[in-house]
Amino acid sequence: MHEFRVQVGPAAFRIGSQWKRPLDQLAELYRDYPVPTVPDYSVRLESVSLLRRFIRPSVAIHGDYMLPDAAPLPLAQGLLAAEMAMNLQMALGWRRHLLLHASAVEKDGRALIMTGQSGSGKSTLAAMLGHRGWRFMGDEFVLIDLDKGDAVPFPRLISLKNEAIGAMMATALDGRFGPLMEATPKGDIRHLVPPADAIAAMAQPARPALLLFPSFGFEATVREVAPSEVFMRLTQASTNYVALGEKGFSTLTRFVQTVPARAIDYRDGIEAEALVNQLWAECA
Amino acid sequence: MTASQTTKYKAEPADQILVTPLDSLTLVYQRRSGITHIVAEPAPEILEAMGADALSVEEVAQRLAAQFDFDGTQATDIIYARLNELADLGLVERTHA
Repeated sequence: MHEFRVQVGPAAFRIGSQWKRPLDQLAELYRDYPVPTVPDYSVRLESVSLLRRFIRPSVAIHGDYMLPDAAPLPLAQGLLAAEMAMNLQMALGWRRHLLLHASAVEKDGRALIMTGQSGSGKSTLAAMLGHRGWRFMGDEFVLIDLDKGDAVPFPRLISLKNEAIGAMMATALDGRFGPLMEATPKGDIRHLVPPADAIAAMAQPARPALLLFPSFGFEATVREVAPSEVFMRLTQASTNYVALGEKGFSTLTRFVQTVPARAIDYRDGIEAEALVNQLWAECA
Repeated sequence: MTASQTTKYKAEPADQILVTPLDSLTLVYQRRSGITHIVAEPAPEILEAMGADALSVEEVAQRLAAQFDFDGTQATDIIYARLNELADLGLVERTHA
């Protein structure tokens, strides 16, 4: 069994695999990240059966936390399997922070948090802003400190899908990209290493200052979102709100009472960046 | 005598719930169940007016009428409906006199 360890924000992972190649890809992409000694989570990438280790190799995810019906992936998508497995451990197991399915960037010690359905563009927006004067904090999970309410970074590899791949290759000219994985269950996927400042500052939290609900594909508009609607949408965007009990309630209510929220529609990255800058100046 | 007149209602003790008003809705976190309830007026006002006492619908209506500007006798049906909704949520307990 081959092994790879990596620290992403406050979480430490150990990934074991029967194949070397996915771990070599991870080691290359995560080469600037700290290596932990004691992992929070162990993940294993194993063959579906003994034969399938060699013939049309097929990767099944095993770990501390598992979804029993997770479909195996072909070995060429082993890197994706590892990333999905790490996300799964966080989503199902993390209890030290309120976990929001959201992306975030930071400026002047304050965080802009973006949440929405898959396809809303929150991941691409965070990746783009991370190359345009903001510090990238994460494109998948934002961790909210249960005592202070700060946003804690989780800057794992940026997972680009479909059209976002070309857009970010044009934006992040000096970016380090992983292999292009075509026709995965999520479409075409290519990972991008976060900018160096995001990795260097991954232990530095930021005070949440603005929450956006972006929607891609519509004419530019801005709508204020009431705290009660924010609360309902964020309970849906959190995988551990219920598990945290009273701490989750106090953390989330403080968040919705103190952080202004807007829903924005946008048609392209330039329009989105203009809206973000305008709202940041007005609200944050 | 109808069921509404014989049934008494007792609210979840105040130290067992966390109540956070947000714009038009109010969040009520119940420590005993770990459930967050999202309620609209007059549910939070009813819970507050009940205090720690076991009260009939009419008594709850009288307490609310003393605090807010409405006729308690006309609002009994509405308060009866809300009390039973709160009871179904587990935020109010039904007791029988």
